[in-house]
Amino acid sequence: MPDNQTGETVRVDTLLESALESVDDAETAVLGVASEIGFNEDDLHRIGMAVREAMVNAVVHGNRYNARKKVKLQVLSGEDRLVVVIHDEGEGFDMSEVPDPLSDENLLRHSGRGLLLIKEFMDEAEVHKVQPRGTEVRMVKHLAKTS
Amino acid sequence: MSVKLSTRQVGDVTVIDASGRITLGEGASNFRDSIRDLAAKGNKKLLLNLGDVSYIDSSGIGELVSGFTTVTNSGGVLKLVGLNKRVKDLLQITKLYTVFEVFDDEALALRSFA
Repeated sequence: MPDNQTGETVRVDTLLESALESVDDAETAVLGVASEIGFNEDDLHRIGMAVREAMVNAVVHGNRYNARKKVKLQVLSGEDRLVVVIHDEGEGFDMSEVPDPLSDENLLRHSGRGLLLIKEFMDEAEVHKVQPRGTEVRMVKHLAKTS
Repeated sequence: MSVKLSTRQVGDVTVIDASGRITLGEGASNFRDSIRDLAAKGNKKLLLNLGDVSYIDSSGIGELVSGFTTVTNSGGVLKLVGLNKRVKDLLQITKLYTVFEVFDDEALALRSFA
């Protein structure tokens, strides 16, 4: 029974601790649903990587390991797609202020490639501030016809 | 499993054999410390063998870049060999193929230091 107007069913809706262990937990939860939908091994790898990057951003940069703050993970499944929403309780950030990791002057920066990988590995990725606080990353992966 | 590193000397080239995962946390910090240590000890020709590295995340990529910068700033050279397809893809996506010298074959990589 779909839970929303786009025909998706909520499969996971949980709060995770602001700890690196939660990165593994989120990946496991998402890949469980993605496997059931029927994504192939390469797509599972891409989805897992995108989820890990989003979770690291939430735990490290968003919640800054603050034990009083949680990361909300939602996983929804549709007939031919997976939707993952990761929401932290940090201060949020302005996407326009994120340096382009592909510009020559930034290539040797130590960090700043997470969002690039998320956008590369998922079919859709939106990042926005949430009121009263926090950042939400919404990622979608479509099941390829040949998968 | 986080990354495991061992080194061997082939002529004047120090080969670093890495295995496991280079990800945020222990894996990335082990990697960073090892490269810094080798550079501080005066190793100038370093070949990083990633043949048994199964997974690298953006933090791991950051450590590769830091390692490259550390070695270069100390007057040395760090090259890569044995990348699997997924790691190669990551270097393509992040445009780091334009930074690193990458080889498929160790013998060719070793000769390139001559």
